[in-house]
Amino acid sequence: MSDANGRHSSIEETRVLLRHAEDPKMATLEGYRSYGGYKVLEKALKEIDPEWIVNELEESGLRGRGGAGFSMGKKVSFLPRTEDAKYLCCNADESEPGAFKDRELMQRNPHQLIEGMIISSFAAGIGHAFIFIRGEYDDQADILDRAVDEAYEAGYLGRNILGSGFDLEMVVHRGAGAYICGEETALLDALEGKRGNPRLKPPFPAVQGLYGGPTLINNVETLSNVSHIVANGADWFKSFGTEQSPGTKVVSVSGCVKRPGNYEVELGVSLRDLIYGLAGGPLDGREITAFYPGGSSSPVLTPAEMDLPYSFEAMAEAGSMLGSGSIIVADDSVSIPRMALRTAKFYRHESCGKCTPCREGTNWTEKMLQRVCAGEATPMDLDIISSVQDNIMGHCLCVLGDAMAMPVSSMVHKFRDEFEATIAEEAAKAWASPGRDVQDGEDPGPGGESPELIRRERLAGREVTTGGGS
Amino acid sequence: MTPVMPSDFDPRNAEPEDFTSPGLPKDVANTSGRLPLGDPEQIPDPANVDVPTDLREEIQTVVDKYPDRDHKGSPKSAAIPVLWVIQRRYGWCTPEGIVQAATVMQVTPAYLESVASFYDLLRTSPQGDHQVLVCTNIACWMRGGDELLDAFCEKTGADREAAGHGGGLSADGKVLVSGFECLGACDLAPMASVNERYFGPLENADASTIVDQLEAGEEVLPEKSLDRRGLAGGVAESSDPRVVDGKGPNR
Repeated sequence: MSDANGRHSSIEETRVLLRHAEDPKMATLEGYRSYGGYKVLEKALKEIDPEWIVNELEESGLRGRGGAGFSMGKKVSFLPRTEDAKYLCCNADESEPGAFKDRELMQRNPHQLIEGMIISSFAAGIGHAFIFIRGEYDDQADILDRAVDEAYEAGYLGRNILGSGFDLEMVVHRGAGAYICGEETALLDALEGKRGNPRLKPPFPAVQGLYGGPTLINNVETLSNVSHIVANGADWFKSFGTEQSPGTKVVSVSGCVKRPGNYEVELGVSLRDLIYGLAGGPLDGREITAFYPGGSSSPVLTPAEMDLPYSFEAMAEAGSMLGSGSIIVADDSVSIPRMALRTAKFYRHESCGKCTPCREGTNWTEKMLQRVCAGEATPMDLDIISSVQDNIMGHCLCVLGDAMAMPVSSMVHKFRDEFEATIAEEAAKAWASPGRDVQDGEDPGPGGESPELIRRERLAGREVTTGGGS
Repeated sequence: MTPVMPSDFDPRNAEPEDFTSPGLPKDVANTSGRLPLGDPEQIPDPANVDVPTDLREEIQTVVDKYPDRDHKGSPKSAAIPVLWVIQRRYGWCTPEGIVQAATVMQVTPAYLESVASFYDLLRTSPQGDHQVLVCTNIACWMRGGDELLDAFCEKTGADREAAGHGGGLSADGKVLVSGFECLGACDLAPMASVNERYFGPLENADASTIVDQLEAGEEVLPEKSLDRRGLAGGVAESSDPRVVDGKGPNR
């Protein structure tokens, strides 16, 4: 299986969603239909009972591919079976650092998503569907716009679809650049034309969501799976993956690897196969030191955990999460404290500012990590950083703050030596830099040295003798 | 004795003295600054605002796409797409443009302003003719995103500090250079979004080429454009017998 360097060569992708994705025709209605597209929809509208679809989705065990991993079928079944106006929102606001799978799915195969959305809407009795795509994906939004227009023209959308009496309107809604809008309730606010602030839950969107109506919110990849499950059945779907994580998953691998990209694999393949096999492993002469297994929100793992299977349950057991299925790999050229700082900076920038623990916690964490990277911190500050993370987790309306707290505290915990070494190194550099004078107002200390400089020297591991003999 | 407000007391018509309680020292907050100075901002009257006909029609088309068009009061769902329309037309969300949009949508300009200021891609100050967003998030940073941003700043003369905090304009004001959070193209790292199209992986020298091409009005680096690339990763189709086109028990 593996060569002398431990690299695997025989691992193969299992492409269901990305099948024929290389074919540029797949992005058009004609091309999609030439590969059998929309056949399931035609059959479903004419012959299949919506209840059967809901049951089959639940039976298949399809778990949400956006991050939380909640059962899609359960979500559909939570929607009330009433005649009220109900809504479907496809969450295409893929903004998690490290994730780029939805971009690929929408660009290569937009009709697979649209077909899945129509079938889901039919099953749940939904009359309005939205695709909330992030503003940066301008190209992909145009592709979706064209695909939705084609679907309207072909009679797959609009009034009385294919003579079944089922009506569905679909709108592609382009966001404008805010990570928080990927949070489901903030997404609803943005769709209603407001600033994207998360809402208090409960009530959950399935009960009271968009315009106060029951709303189903699912990720692009989750909805893209629907037509395949309805076509081939829940048992077929369960033949892929593990018992608790059935199906295939498009995994985005990026960072310090030879072949960054999207790889569709069965859930449960080993991380080593993904990172070394498909993505080609680290660059020559480098070694992997850490990696985020599920986007920048997931606690980092180390090479010791490389042989774990890539599934929702195994990642949770390892104290991390599969999240959106995005692996970011760091090698020995990457400074872990600076990676933590970069992570914290992102969440500080994207915090909407509604809840205090997140707004202040992300801000202070960034500032403290800046001090670590400038050699101005003490090892005690690392404990304070950890305690700030504990005070963010679970204390806000949404999980944006937790999404910073989890990776940052995991890095401080697992790489504490490296944090302390960085502080000492940077402090020594600052001490050695020419022109470093005692600042105005700084206590010059008993022998003329400032306590700050003495502290830095001691951190750098050097003896300090002070004139005052303290 | 507790002072009692007369039942017909209307704060809008009150004088500063009306807010002071007898026998108590004058509260500065009551006598300056906090007085209600008039009515809150009004929804613009269509009779007073000149909106070009084609712009009005374009905005109306967007508003009509959303189901809340029938709701009582002002339908607001179209706020973000309408601001995109304004930005496309005027180059950025100008105050005049916002008033025009507010007139057609029948919301207050302040409301649209509050939405525009929340989102990174909607600009409430001039952003030049071309926008270069350089990703400096984790995966791009590992592969040299910061240095790429430096190279763009050096070429255009944009202030590096400003570029790292929301965007800086080039010396001639034509190119906006901005460090940006993850753009969702880590497979192209380090990458940049130039006029809303993705390019990568870029070398520092590409920054200079891109800016020259933008200024000359040429196509930007076609060989590094995302839409010319194959599937990220690019490993061949699988041979799993379970994956078959258009077949299955229910098909």
